[in-house]
Order: sequence, then C-alpha cells, then structure tokens
Amino acid sequence: MTHPIPPGTRDILPDEMRELRMLQARLAEVFEGFGYGEVATPTVEYDDVLARAAAGTAAAYRFFDERGQLLAVRSDLTAPIARLVANRFASAEPPIRFFYNARAYRAVRPQRGQAGEFFQAGIELVGSPAPEGTVEILEVLSAALDAAGLNRAVIGLGDAALYRQLLEELGVGDDDRARLLTLLAAHDHVGLDMQVAGLDLSSDQKELLTRVPMLRGGPEVLDEARELGGEAMTTALERLAGTYDAAVERGIGDRLNLDLGLLRDLGYYTGAIVEVYDPALGHIIGGGGRYDDLMGRFGRPLPAVGFALFLERLHIAQAEEDRIAEEEGISP
Amino acid sequence: MSGVARPTAPLPSGPLRVALPRGALLEETLDILDRVGADTSAVRGESRSLIFDAGDFVFVTMRPSDVPTYVEAGAADVGITGKDVLLEQSDRVFYEILDLGYGECRMVLAGPDGEDRLAEQERRLGALRIATKYPRIAERYFEETGRAAEVIEVKGSVELAPISGLADAIVDLVATGRTLRDNGLVIRQEIVSSTARLIANRVAHKLRAREIDDLVKRLREATA
Repeated sequence: MTHPIPPGTRDILPDEMRELRMLQARLAEVFEGFGYGEVATPTVEYDDVLARAAAGTAAAYRFFDERGQLLAVRSDLTAPIARLVANRFASAEPPIRFFYNARAYRAVRPQRGQAGEFFQAGIELVGSPAPEGTVEILEVLSAALDAAGLNRAVIGLGDAALYRQLLEELGVGDDDRARLLTLLAAHDHVGLDMQVAGLDLSSDQKELLTRVPMLRGGPEVLDEARELGGEAMTTALERLAGTYDAAVERGIGDRLNLDLGLLRDLGYYTGAIVEVYDPALGHIIGGGGRYDDLMGRFGRPLPAVGFALFLERLHIAQAEEDRIAEEEGISP
Repeated sequence: MSGVARPTAPLPSGPLRVALPRGALLEETLDILDRVGADTSAVRGESRSLIFDAGDFVFVTMRPSDVPTYVEAGAADVGITGKDVLLEQSDRVFYEILDLGYGECRMVLAGPDGEDRLAEQERRLGALRIATKYPRIAERYFEETGRAAEVIEVKGSVELAPISGLADAIVDLVATGRTLRDNGLVIRQEIVSSTARLIANRVAHKLRAREIDDLVKRLREATA
C-alpha cells in the first residue's frame, strides 16, 4: 500500500540531499564572502502582509489559523525579507545584505512536471541604488555560478523600463503602450509586430519597435540599437549601458548577455532585470532584478535589488555539466 | 574572494533541434524548410523514425500539440506549430518569434444549420453546452464575450457532439468548412484565425541567438 503526497511535492533521499547541501554550502560561502548574512523567515505569514508586496507570484496555498486569520505560504523570499527589514532593521544604516537558503511554494498545473515546493538560494541588497547595487549582485551571482561549477552559465541583463521609455520617447499613447508591454512580457513577438504595424508612426520608428526587443548579445547590441533609434534609443538605453559598463569594470562583462527585450513580471521590477541560463538546461536557473518600490510598501523606502537561484535546477545543470565534462575527458 | 568569472567553454554547439508538426502542417513546413536550404528528404521518406539528422538541423517530428511541450522544456530549441495550439497552451513559456503565414484556418463557434437558436437556448437554459478539443480557447472566448457556457472537452470528431445531443454547439478549427457542412453545422461566429508559427525555447533564444535569428531571417525571406 502506498500513501500519496500532494502534486508538485516530493521526497528527497540521502544521495540527492547530500549534493543539495553541498551546493547550498558552496553558495553560502560565496554569499558570506561578499558580506551577506543568512536569514530565515517563517514559511507561513499573514496573507495581507505578504500581499503588500503586490509583486511576484501570488501565494499558492492559503488557510486560516485557529483565530480565523488568513495565512499564506510564501511564494518567494523577497516579500518576507522586505517585511523583516522594515520590522527589525527600521533604523539600521543601509546597505543591508541578507542571503537565504530556503524553500518556497508555488501553484503547479497537473502533469506538467512542475515543482510546487522548491529550494531557493539568493540574496537581497537593500539600500544600494543603481548602478552600484546592481553591479554588486551581478558580481555575487557570477561568483555563485562559478562556485556551483557552472562555468558556462550566462547572466541575461535587461532593463524593465527600457521599452516603456522608448515608447514614451516615440509618443505612443497609454493604451497602446500597455498592450505592447503585455505582449512583450508574454514573449509574443508576432503579436507585438502586428500591434506595432497598426501604430501611427513612421516606418523607421516601427522597425525600431519591432527590432529592439530582439536585440540580445554582447556590447555590440548597444551600438546596433543606437544606430537604429538615435536620440530616443540613447535615452532609453542610458541606464542599461551604465550598468553594463560598470559590470565590465568589475571584470564580469564576458558573462553578461545584454537583452533589450527582456521583460518578465509586469509591474514588479523597476530597473535592471536578470535571468540566468545554462546551456545544459532548457529552463532558466534563476532570476532577479531591481525593485526600488517594494521596500516603501513596507514602510522603509529604500532601493533594493536581489536574485534567487532555483537550487534543484542548478543541481540538474551541475550534474549535466559534470557528465559533459566527463564525456569530453576533462575532469569535472 | 573569487568574484571574477568567465565562461571557460563554448556555448551549446551542434545542430539546432527543430520540432516539426506531423499532420496537416507537415507538407508546407517541409517545403519552406527546403526553401531555406535544409535537407528534408529523410523526413519525407518512408522511415518510421521520429528524429532525423539533417546537417544544420536535427528535426524532431511530433503531434502539433506536443510542440510547445518540447520547446518549453528545451528538448527542442525551436519548433513550428499552429497558433491555435499556442493559444490553447498559453500558460506555457516560450518565445513566439515568426508568423509563417501558411496553414491558415479559423477557430469558430458552429451550431446546427437552420435558424440560430443558440441565443434562445442560452437565455432559457442558463448556459450553452459547448463541445470542443480546445477547452481553454472556448472558455476564454465565452468569458470575454460575457456569455455562460459549459465547456465539454472531447478528443475525437467534435462534429458528432451537436448531432448526438451531447452539446448545443462546438468550438473547432475550420480550414475549408467541408466537415461542418457534411455534418449539418454552420459557422455562427469566428473566434480567432490561426497560421503556423515559429517558437523558441527561452534559453535557446538567448544562448543560440545568432543561429535562431539567422533561421528567422531565412524563413522570413522564404515566406515573403
């Protein structure tokens, strides 16, 4: 007789657990080396407190406690840490540096092989504005990927406001702007092209709006974009280009993939957006960015930036990189 | 502190893996791939294989509705399938990068021939019973048009549903409309039109950008 467990959950057995713990320890060492202190927050919090973040993924599991209060299981660690900073570090001198190795929970669709319960390892840097703060977390992220043995991993770097700004520069109205940004966030470039075709713009401007979101790669994409878009593009690009230059100075430029069309959650990120890719895995292994508005919603208005790595995916990519290295006769 | 890092090995190499839809879209898909210089002869052959090595590409053939599954997971870098399939699986994450223009068809609401009694049925019975192979598109359509519908998912010939009394009407894909006519059904409303699309895996779209952009450029020229 077997006893079921809920969809999206699983047991972790000793061999895997040992490797996950090793990975966590390596990441923790990197985070601590950069001056980040580990925190743990409750798995369940009051729903209305987490909802203050009005960001990220909505809680998948909610229930009532013995007093009838609505509780929510956290879907990431960013909202709980924003709460923690506002509560416990209300007058601490910024910047504040925290890291976590914790489980988070999201809703899954049945039969999709999705995990509803998973480990995240990440950092939050509170009180350090762009570009310094952004570059710091990129440097930590790059070191963390090395520590995990993912030397081929690439960090995608975009800016949540870039396309919006470009649309503003071109005088595109509110409604059209919202429609275009929704399509871009959904990665629907065909829909985006069709929508752009119907706008009251010159053909050069339309070409700019359809080509910019497809620009991704090394620093050459910045030149390409400027060439395409002139003044309007230069303005929209300013912050991303600044962040990139600062990252190059720290020696992590080679690891970055500039991505002018990168957009994830609408309304969550306020500046830089980050995604982490490894050639051994078809899913992103981590993500993050700037959320300069978030802390203010908890009463401590400070700029903030961070990233989270999906530990199990990191582990899969690591195993795959080991296998490839073995095949090629290089010791891992 | 080991803060500085550089990729030490090259990014993914080897041929681009392309998911191809078996069935109605396959012929035109292979024709267009021929025009961009791909070797599709193996796929056209008599082989029962599902995966074909074709020089610059590896072709993986599958049901059209499986294409988003393989592409989302990275089991294929890019894939070709109908917009109808993408709409039905809109919660999956992938980049939709090119409208290939062929494979044109329409998603329609169709009911029994003769007087249109759907509105009356909805009013008297509270909700229409709609049979479909596309439950999510159907649900979204009725939600967006503010109508009540009970959506019944079927896997096979959906035209059977109104004839046999399982449903009042159907939501289905129509190319020529002949199957509808043969079964005494007529189109009541057009929901959305569909053509073949090229989609890309989220990671491949970044790490194999040059190859994918090159393929897009060639496909665009071939379909222009």
